[in-house]
Formats: sequence, structure tokens, C-alpha cells
Amino acid sequence: MEQLVTGKANLDVFAETLSELAEENRNIMVVTSDSRGSARLAAFAARLPDQIVEVGIAEQNLVGVAAGLASAGKTVFAVSPACFLTARALEQIKNDIAYSNQPVTLVGISAGVSYGPLGSTHHSIHDVAVLRAIHNIGIMVPADNFETREAVLAAAASQRPVYLKLGKKAMPHLPRESGCFEPGKASLICRGNDVAIIACGETVAPAYQAAQKMQGMGITTEVISMHTVKPPDREAVIRAASKCRAVITAEEHSISGGLGEACASLFLEASICKPFKILGIPDEETVTGSQTEIFCHYGISAEGITKTALSLISLSR
Amino acid sequence: MTEKKFTDRELEILSVRYRLKLLHYIKAAGAGHTGGSLSCTDILNVLYNDVLNVSPENLSDNHRDRYIQSKGHSVEALYVILADRGFFPEKELEQLCKYRSKFTGHPSRKVNGIEFNTGALGHGLSISAGIALAGKKDQAPFRVFTLLGDGELAEGSNWEAAMVAGHYHLDNLTAIVDLNDLQITGPVREVCNPYPIDDKFSAFGWRVTETDGHSIPRLRETLHHLPAELGKPTLVIAHTIKGKGISFMEHDKRWHHGVPSDEEYTRATEELESELRRLTGFDDPS
Ligand SMILES: [Mg+2]
Repeated sequence: MEQLVTGKANLDVFAETLSELAEENRNIMVVTSDSRGSARLAAFAARLPDQIVEVGIAEQNLVGVAAGLASAGKTVFAVSPACFLTARALEQIKNDIAYSNQPVTLVGISAGVSYGPLGSTHHSIHDVAVLRAIHNIGIMVPADNFETREAVLAAAASQRPVYLKLGKKAMPHLPRESGCFEPGKASLICRGNDVAIIACGETVAPAYQAAQKMQGMGITTEVISMHTVKPPDREAVIRAASKCRAVITAEEHSISGGLGEACASLFLEASICKPFKILGIPDEETVTGSQTEIFCHYGISAEGITKTALSLISLSR
Repeated sequence: MTEKKFTDRELEILSVRYRLKLLHYIKAAGAGHTGGSLSCTDILNVLYNDVLNVSPENLSDNHRDRYIQSKGHSVEALYVILADRGFFPEKELEQLCKYRSKFTGHPSRKVNGIEFNTGALGHGLSISAGIALAGKKDQAPFRVFTLLGDGELAEGSNWEAAMVAGHYHLDNLTAIVDLNDLQITGPVREVCNPYPIDDKFSAFGWRVTETDGHSIPRLRETLHHLPAELGKPTLVIAHTIKGKGISFMEHDKRWHHGVPSDEEYTRATEELESELRRLTGFDDPS
């Protein structure tokens, strides 16, 4: 089995990429809500003090100020823990950014259950669901360092609002069938014909590890990184689901309203009916523990995904 | 700031005309925020005809002054004044609140001259602070104005924004409170007392001034001496009357979004036309 090399936290890659961009483009502004340390932007703030605006612990104001800066021509990244950014400031995201069409990149850091032990106040397993229901905002959830860098570059160049969801655990470098990255076009991590696993963000690595495990059992797996959750890459998921015998989605998010349900609606509308499972956090009070423990608890680990895949394949026989 | 310098009397006449027009379009639409539009008419009149460096010609110039209407519900006054200033043909306002119309019941950027989609309260001050910050970063000459409702001050986001504006010494930012002392439920002090407004903003690092929000000369005087203090954002508390200009609407919360009946509409226009005759000395040139 091929051993994956561990890289950095996607959050670190975000901060490095943004610093590089901001050094080149003095029009880039970062807005933080007492979050520069958590966002790994302390070095940015020291090097480019004129390009960071601190608003204090005030997420609604963070988003409103970001919208105002963008309307006056700035390229704006508003950075705050995903749990607060997408819940407390949701109305500002909806009206000031999306409805008013201000091309701000909202960066939700330490997303999902990155803050696992801290409890549900600090989890963001609702963010994709709520933002999917808001018109005029794209959602990007990169899987590894490569996708994170590319997503930051794409967001900076975008003329439309983007939500970028980032975890804080060091991520392995994933293989991919093609070296390019295109927003809205899923990354094909590996090809297979038995089971398709469509994942995003930090669940892509366990999905790939599950694929490697199953390879030893003679099962081939197609793993797709749906880094752009909105709009989803319809063609990629339909192709994978059509050729495979079973389909799994995996996300660090509630099973309600996220990537899984987005894929499910695409399959149904295309009349594709295969054994199918949405893996994520069920509708219950999320357990506490490390991100790894929470993934194991809900079957989003390599072992859990493998188990679900084997049972779905047995159904397809 | 504008091509034509108006006399106080000319602006007073314009205010009455604006009130007539906004009532006309609210009546035609069968919907609108009558009381608040009437209370901010004089403020918007002075801003757009005497203060703001913004016109249809410079709308894409990043150095234009910005106006963000935080109390978005009083949009009818804004639409009527933007039409008068040439941002779009007034006839288009016949589409107000109609099916597929761009003239929604709260400000929409689809309408030429509108900077932000507002309507949910407590958003305009943060947005304005962001624009003002960009102006400071770029050392740009523009100024930012926003209009807040008094009931709106209960939204906590205003105070987040007030804090940041004070912190960054945004003296290119002016917030005007349309202090008509009423909100939909009743007097603001009874609903959830926002007073003292002046001391609160002062404590957040603002310079606070007060003016009569229906006196054209006093509004001009106040809005021509900005910032009220260098290094501080300015808060203008404009004392106004909800439903201003129509006797049976003034100080009456029912007109928050009341639409006049045919009979009420006739009485209201008669009152405004009589005021117009008084101001023009019975000699209305148009
Ligand atoms: Mg009021």
C-alpha cells in the first residue's frame, strides 16, 4: 500500500498563499475578528500591517466591513472560525455579500469538527447546508495542500462571493489523475469501477485510504474530491455513479443539506439508483473528542468508509 | 457639489414635491413605508441636492461620495429623489413593488444609484465603516453617509460598527439618525429605550451633533461642516416627525407602512399642494 506523505495544515497553506498574493497585490485586504493567530496570519499582520483590518470579536461587523471594503475596490478575505462566521453573521453573508454581490472571500477556519473537544459551539457542521441555500455564493472545501493553494488563488481572482472552508489538521498530499485544478471541476483522486466515494475537505484522505485498503481485496474504488461543493460537478458524480456498483459520500458536516444530499438529488434527477450512503454527522448532539475520534465515531474514517463500502457492494450483487 | 446651487426655499419646495411623488407611488403600488419616507425626505433632499458628490455621471468613479440607506424600508423617498437627480426616468417608478420589478420595497442595486441591497436592519453602519476604511487606506477624498432609523439602534451590529468606526478614527464617515421617535410598535423609548443616543455614540469615540431634520437651512449647515471633529466619525441626530407634512399621519405609528385610502390620499395631496402654494407664493412655475 502506498504511504501518503503528510504535508501542512490547509490553514497554513492558506496563510502562506494569501501572504504571497498580498505582497504582490497591495489591494488585498484581510479582515479578522481577533482571529489572526488562529488563522496563522500573525506573520502576515507583522509584514503587511496596512493590509489587515482587525474588527475585534464581532463577526457581523467583520462581514459588513468586508462588504464595504470590497465595494470600494478592495480584494477582501474575511477570516474567522467557521462556526461563528457562518452562523452569527449569516444575515450579513446573505445580504451584504451574496445579495449585494460583493466579491468577498469568506474564510471559515478550524472548520467542521477541527475544534472537536471544544463542543458544539465550536463545530461548524451546518455551514455548507445554510450557504447552499443562499444564492450567489460559491463553496470550496479543499482536501489537501495543493487544492487549498489553488482554491485561494481562484478565490482571489473570483469576481463573485466565495466561502472557503478550511480545517487545521496536517493533511497528506493526495495523488490525483490530473495535475490541474479548476473551480467547479472535481479532482479525480483515483479511478475504479466497483465503488465511488465522493468526498470533500478533510474526508477525502480517509476516503483514499479506504480505497487503498479495498484494493487489497480486489475492489477498485473511484475517489472524487468535490472541492467545489457549490456548484457541484454534476458530470463527475454522474459519471462515477453510473459506472460503479455503489456510491458513498463523505463529509465533515451534517448529513442534512451537505454534499451527500447535493449528490443524491443529482442521482435521482438522472434516474441513477445504486446502493448509496451519505456519511457525515447525523442529526444528534455531536460527540466530543478529537477530529480523528469523531470521524471514527461516525464512520468517516478509513475503516468506517471501508465497512460501509463493503456492505453496499454486497447489496449490489 | 451639484451643478446647481439651490436656495433654501427651492429645496423646501423640492421636499414638498418629493412628498407628493412618494405618496403617489406608494398609493399606486398599494405598498410602502409612508411614515419613515416622509420623515427622511428633507434629509435625503439636502444630501442629494446639496452635499453628496454623486451623480449619474460619476457613479463608477471610486472617488464619488457614498450613501448607504441602512433604514432601507424608507426606500420610496430615496427612489423619488434618485429619479429627480437623473439616475433613472421617474416613469419607471410606476413599477414599484410590481411583479419582476427592479424597484423592490427595499433598496436594490439593480436600480441605478443604489450602492447596497439593504432592508434588514443594522447592516448599513458596518458596510459604511468598511467603505470609509477603504477610503482611509487609499487616502481617497470621498465621504460616506448612512441613514439609521431610531428603532434600528436596537440591532447590536450597530454598536459593533460604532466601535470599529471610533477605533479607526473614521472621520470620513457620517451617520444620520432619523430620530422620529417612533417604530412600528410605538415610541422608541417604550419599545426598548435607546436613549441617551448622544452619550452612547460619544462613548464609542464619535462626535455627536443634533439638528432639526426638517429644517433645510439647519440640515445644510450641519452637513456642510463635516467632520464635526477631525479624527472622529460624526453622528448627526436629526430630530424628525414620522409622517411629516401630512397632518393626520404625523406622530402616528399606524403610518409606518400604512397606505392611504382614496379619501386619505386626496386629503394628503391637498395639504401638500396647499403647502406648495404657500412656499411658491401662489406662483408655482411648473
Ligand atoms: Mg423611527
